[in-house]
Amino acid sequence: MFMSRREFLHILAAASAAGFALNHRALAAEGGAKRYDLPRHGNVHFLHFTDCHAQLLPVYFREPSVNLGIGAARGKAPHLVGEHLLKAFGIAPKSSDAYALTDLDFVAAARAYGKVGGFAHLATLVKRLRASRPGALLLDGGDTWQGSATALWSRGQDMVDACKLLGVDMMTPHWELTYGAERVKEIVDNELKGKIEFLAQNVKTADFGDAVFSPYALREMNGVPVAVIGQGFPYTPIANPHYLIPDWTMGIQEEEMQKVVNEARGKGAQVVVVLSHNGMDVDLKMASRLTGVDAILGGHTHDGVPAPVIVGNPGGKTLVMNSGSNGKFLSVLDFDVRGGKVRDFRYTLLPVFANLLPVDADMAAHIDKARAPHQTRLAEPLAVSEGLLYRRGNFNGSWDQLILDAMLEVKGAQIAFSPGFRWGTSLLPGQTITFEDVMAQTAITYPYSTLTDMTGATIKDILEDVCDNLFNADPYKQQGGDMVRVGGLAYACDPNAAMGRRIQDMRLNGQPLDAGKTYKVAGWAPVAAGATGEPIWDVITKWLRDKKTIAPRQLNSPKLIGVDGNPGIA
Amino acid sequence: MDILRRTLLKGAGATGAIAAAVAAGLLKPSLALAADDRAAFEAKDIASALKGIGADSAAGNTAIVIKAPDIAENGAVVPVDVVSNIPNTISLAVLVDKNPMPLSSAFDFANGAVPEMSLRLKMGQTSLVRAVAKTADGKYYVAEKEVKVTIGGCGG
Repeated sequence: MFMSRREFLHILAAASAAGFALNHRALAAEGGAKRYDLPRHGNVHFLHFTDCHAQLLPVYFREPSVNLGIGAARGKAPHLVGEHLLKAFGIAPKSSDAYALTDLDFVAAARAYGKVGGFAHLATLVKRLRASRPGALLLDGGDTWQGSATALWSRGQDMVDACKLLGVDMMTPHWELTYGAERVKEIVDNELKGKIEFLAQNVKTADFGDAVFSPYALREMNGVPVAVIGQGFPYTPIANPHYLIPDWTMGIQEEEMQKVVNEARGKGAQVVVVLSHNGMDVDLKMASRLTGVDAILGGHTHDGVPAPVIVGNPGGKTLVMNSGSNGKFLSVLDFDVRGGKVRDFRYTLLPVFANLLPVDADMAAHIDKARAPHQTRLAEPLAVSEGLLYRRGNFNGSWDQLILDAMLEVKGAQIAFSPGFRWGTSLLPGQTITFEDVMAQTAITYPYSTLTDMTGATIKDILEDVCDNLFNADPYKQQGGDMVRVGGLAYACDPNAAMGRRIQDMRLNGQPLDAGKTYKVAGWAPVAAGATGEPIWDVITKWLRDKKTIAPRQLNSPKLIGVDGNPGIA
Repeated sequence: MDILRRTLLKGAGATGAIAAAVAAGLLKPSLALAADDRAAFEAKDIASALKGIGADSAAGNTAIVIKAPDIAENGAVVPVDVVSNIPNTISLAVLVDKNPMPLSSAFDFANGAVPEMSLRLKMGQTSLVRAVAKTADGKYYVAEKEVKVTIGGCGG
């Protein structure tokens, strides 16, 4: 294509100016906001969002094109992508649902349907659903206080305030805990008191195993006693720095979970729901082993799954749902409870299209107020991206590749590692990368970038270890993140192999990696205590300012072995 | 105080209150290891360690319950609780297959004490943890659970 960079950007700008009209036309063609007029069913109602990662404003968020299910999980939700997902759930190609749930034609679909999420739009939707569902409980699955610059700078305060305004009734944690035990307790004991129940049956003191938070809450809704049990991300002390919550221990604690279910039932609960941050694969296994749970409303793995998975267990059946991420979806779960028993249910995963939902004035005012002091810093333009920038995918994303490329160059490294986080929003081709966009990929309380000498053997061990956290055959031994992103080093990966044999053919500049030789490896987000280093956002910012225009990234992804025909890959 | 009370109620423990259990007559003191015991504790592989305690042909039994994390939060202190629901259990041993010396502990229970114990084990790598129970009639039973040890980081 013979087009100068200037012409290219000009065309993109024109297209995005036309975008607003386009958004309304495409969504109107499907009936517009009517999709949100969801008739009430039954008498017990839950609204659920999860993993919004502090995105107060509407965003673009591209779903993965690689989300492999291995072993028993192969080909089953949530391990379906692209056409496979559309087919499995009967979703029309090119529809707004297809845009929300897959990566297919992402850039064109994003221009047609516009941004998703945003708390001011979500607030409008919550109010609308609450009007038709008296007594409905709004559940927040966690990863709410982390993921943006303003959340980090206010140590979660902007999100705590937003959730109180939104009317969240109950929540469970993961990244919340990375503000440190003291800050979490300060918020829970003071600001949330009497407003939002912070539930986690699986956070205990390391010494005596005492509960740190309430394990569950019992409420009466339209005459029906209902219980909500919290399950925080079990591996927070492993996947994130343990030194931030040194006196707390977590884990899945399945046996204790069953005891809590039994206790809630014993106190008369006729509906028991687990508000979980396990990750969907862990939820599915847990649902098959617990008795007495009607539904698990889950998060962590960021899977937007349009229908519940119905799991059989010795006590009956449990519904398992996962409500996506980044404010993109709101789940609506209605139960019809009569004579003390659940007779029926309805479940809808509603995509939150910013163009279909007017902003809620109170929430918009809060967001403006929270952002105002930082506006100049947030809006600082750093570069223009010619390509689509996204993160999700088991092995790499273009945003991660950008981070890796920046690290390799700025740090003078041979190899770079970037964590397989599943949060981080997307940017369309032609969009300006602002400082706020960089923070949406990096805003954590341990942002240190590092440069370390590692032997080839150590590098292999690290890759094997992380890969096992993703592909271990037992969901209880998975941690729910994606594979560590790797820059500079080419490798092959056989997800079906046993640990120690998945990572193969590691090469640096075409030469096999030498197990005994030492290499310079850049990384960030170290979980060990005592780490220091320039914050990763400074490394990236430096690089972006220097480049000004960012050409589409060449993704360094491993050569995959043994996954042909897997519906978890496009 | 709380630890002591819990330990006594359980009849045994490895959290610093063993002496109290011994004093209460619930746990037999075995300060002077017999030659057999020493060989078992010094064994460098799981087969020799099992043989050392006489449990090389122990039968699997789900009445021995091992409570341990699926993934250890800290390999240096892995909490492992073991209880045997097999009647007439008179001793319990815990072994970690991949540890340099797999046999970590062995306790005899006297006077009808509940065969239950709570340990903190050091584990260098992912391994099976085995609990072996011996009953009064001299039979051995075993249960196992894998505990994963990981470098951490990179989660969700």
